Amino acid sequence: MFSRRDFLQLAAATAAVLPQTSVRAFAQQRLTQADLLKFNALGNVTLMHIADVHGTLTPVYFREPSVNLGVGDVKGLPPHINGKTFLTRYGIPEKSAAAYALTFEDFEALAKTYGRIGGLDRAAAVLKAVRSERGEDKVLFLDGGDTWQGSLGANRSKGQDMVDCFKLLKPDAMTGHWEFTYGEKRVKEIIDGLGFPFLALNIRDTEWQEPVFEAFKLFDKGGVKVAVLGQAFPYTPVANPRWLMPKWSFGIREDEVRATVDKARKAGAQLVVLLSHNGFDVDRKLAARVAGIDVILTSHTHDALPEAVKVGKTLLIASGSQGKFISRLDLDVRDGAVKDFRYKLIPLFADVIQPDPEMKAAIEKARAPYATELARVVGRTDSLLYRRGNFNGTFDDLICSALIKERDAEIALSPGFRWGASVLPNSAITVEDIHSATAITYPNAYRMTMSGERLKEILEDVADNLFNPDPYYQQGGDMVRCGGLGYTIDIAKPQGQRISGMTFLKTGKAIEPKRDYTVAGWASVNEGTEGPPIWDVVERYIAREKVVMVAPNTSVKIVGA
Amino acid sequence: MTLIFNRRQVLAYSAAAAAVLSGTIKPAAAANDSAELIKKFTGGKTPQQGRVKLDLPEIAENGNTVPMTVVVESPMTEQSYVSDVMVVADGNPNGGVVTFHFSPASGVAEANTRIRLATSQDIIAVAKMNDGSFFMASKPVKVTIGGCGG
Repeated sequence: MFSRRDFLQLAAATAAVLPQTSVRAFAQQRLTQADLLKFNALGNVTLMHIADVHGTLTPVYFREPSVNLGVGDVKGLPPHINGKTFLTRYGIPEKSAAAYALTFEDFEALAKTYGRIGGLDRAAAVLKAVRSERGEDKVLFLDGGDTWQGSLGANRSKGQDMVDCFKLLKPDAMTGHWEFTYGEKRVKEIIDGLGFPFLALNIRDTEWQEPVFEAFKLFDKGGVKVAVLGQAFPYTPVANPRWLMPKWSFGIREDEVRATVDKARKAGAQLVVLLSHNGFDVDRKLAARVAGIDVILTSHTHDALPEAVKVGKTLLIASGSQGKFISRLDLDVRDGAVKDFRYKLIPLFADVIQPDPEMKAAIEKARAPYATELARVVGRTDSLLYRRGNFNGTFDDLICSALIKERDAEIALSPGFRWGASVLPNSAITVEDIHSATAITYPNAYRMTMSGERLKEILEDVADNLFNPDPYYQQGGDMVRCGGLGYTIDIAKPQGQRISGMTFLKTGKAIEPKRDYTVAGWASVNEGTEGPPIWDVVERYIAREKVVMVAPNTSVKIVGA
Repeated sequence: MTLIFNRRQVLAYSAAAAAVLSGTIKPAAAANDSAELIKKFTGGKTPQQGRVKLDLPEIAENGNTVPMTVVVESPMTEQSYVSDVMVVADGNPNGGVVTFHFSPASGVAEANTRIRLATSQDIIAVAKMNDGSFFMASKPVKVTIGGCGG
C-alpha cells in the first residue's frame, strides 16, 4: 500500500536514535513538512477527514491505547491491535515517528523526541496545501463530530470557540455526538449560523418520528456527483444524558441508512460517502449489510489506522482523535464506481508543520479570555498521565483517587471516555490538563451508597456495552474506571457472567452483595445530580498532593481476550 | 377490530399496551408467560421464521417507551392476508404486549406503537395468516443503565 511505503519513508528519515539532548533537533531536522504532505495525487476527488477533536485547538501529547480488545468476529483485527503487533501489521519501524504517532510503544521517550502532535493551525496548513495542490473544486473536507466539546474553553463558550475556529477550515459538512450535550436549543442555535450542513439521517423527533436534521447533501467535485450522508452517534441519549436532548431520538436505523443511500443514488450520486459517528465496529458491520456505500469515514472509537479497511466494496477510514491526524483519501471515480484509491493518514507533528497564521491568530483569540487560567499550574506529576485504553488509565486512576479522598468515599467510578490529552512525567499539571480530561456539561461529582450487587450490575452493564459480540449493541466507550475496587473480567462471556472476584481494595476482602458502599463518581446521566464539578474535585486533590505519582493499575484482571 | 394505524391512533394503542404491562417487576432471568401466550395464539403450531419484520432499537433510549414497528409481508387480498399479529416480550413481568388485528381492507399489515420494557429482553412477533399458517420474528432489545459512552 502507498501509506505503508510512505510511513517507511517517514520512518527512515527519523529512525536513528541519538543521545537525548540532540535527538529532538535531529528528528525535527530530518522530518519535514514535505514528507508529511507527500502524496502522489490520484483520480478526480479528494476527501479530507478529521474527527473526535474534542475541543482541542493546540498540539497535545496523546498516548494511543495499550489495551483495545475486539470480540467475536473482529478479535485481533484492526483497530483491535496495538503496540508491536500494530507496528508489524503495518510495517512501521519501532521508535519511528509513525510508531510514536500510532502506538503506545516507548511513548514517554518518543514524546521527548517527536514532541506534541496536532493543533488546528497545523490542520489548517495541511488543508490549505491540499486544496491548493488539488484545486478546491476537487476537495471535500468533512468533520466527523465530537468537535465542540472537551476543553475548558469549549465548555465555557458552549462550543463557540471550536465553531469559530472550525469555520475557518471551511468544512463541507459535519455530524455529531457530544455536540448534543450542549442541549437542543444551543445545538440548533449553532447550526443556524454554521454555514455548512449538519447531517444526521438517524435522528428523529420523539413525538412523531420525523427527521430533525438533513440526511444527506449532494456536492459536485471533480465532475463527480458526491453524496455525503451523516450518521450521528446512535446512542447519544443512552451514553449521555437524555434530558439534554429529550425531543430527539437516535439509533443505528440501518433501514434508514439503506433508504438514504438509495435516495442519494436516485438523485444521481456517483460516489456515496457515509460521514459516520457510529464507531468502527458498528460501521464495519453496517458496510457488510448495506450495499452502495463507497466510503465510510468512521469516528467515535478514536482509532487511527494508516490504511483503509475494505469491507466488500466499501472503504473504511479511521482518522484518530484529539486533533492528532487529518486523513486524505484520493478517489478515482468513473462510471459511478470507485476504480482506484490512495490513502494517507497524516500525523500533524506540531514541530514540523508550519502553523497557518490565520488559524493561529483565531486560536489565540479564542483562548485569550482563559489564557491565564489555562496555564495555571496546579501541581506536578512524576508519572505519565493518560486515559485511552479499555480499562483503567493513569489519569482516571488519579481522578478516582481524588474522588475517594476529596469526597470521602470507599469506591470511585469514573466514566470510560476516550478523549483527554496525556501529561508527560516530570511535568506540571495545569488547569488546562485537568479540563482536557473532564470538560463536560454534566460534571457534578455525586456521592451515594450502592450495594455490592448494584456495583456488579453496573460493571456488567458497561462491560456489555463494550464487549457484546454484536457491534450494534456496543456503545463505543471504554470500561468504567474503578477506584478502591478490583475485579476480574472475562470478556468472552455473556452479560451477567463477565465480572467476578470483585474486591474491596481497602480491606482486600470480597465485595459483599448486600453491603452498602459509599461511592463517588461523576458524569451521571441522571438529571439533578448533585455535587461539585469534577474538575474542582481533581484540582483540590492535586493541589493538596502537590506531586502525584500514579503506579500502573493491577486491580483489573482480564481473561478471555 | 380492523385498523390501519396512523401516528395519532398509535398513541391510543400505546396507552393500551402500557396498561397490559403494569405489574410488579420480577428479576430479569425469570421466565414469564410469553411461551404460553404464543402457544395459545397458534393453537400449538410452531410458527415459521420469515415474512415478519420487527423494527426496534438495538438499545432502548427509554425503557418506558420504546418505539416498535411490525410489518408482515402479505398481498392483503381476500385470498391471502394477515389476520392477527401478536407481540410478546419475554423479559417483562407479563409477556403480553399487544395484538393487532387486520383484514384485507387494511391494505398493508403494518402497525407501530410504543412498548414498555422492564429489562433487556427479546421481543417476539407472531403473525397469523388467513390460511391458518403462522410466521414470526424476534429481536433483542437492550435496556441499559447507560452513561459511559465515549
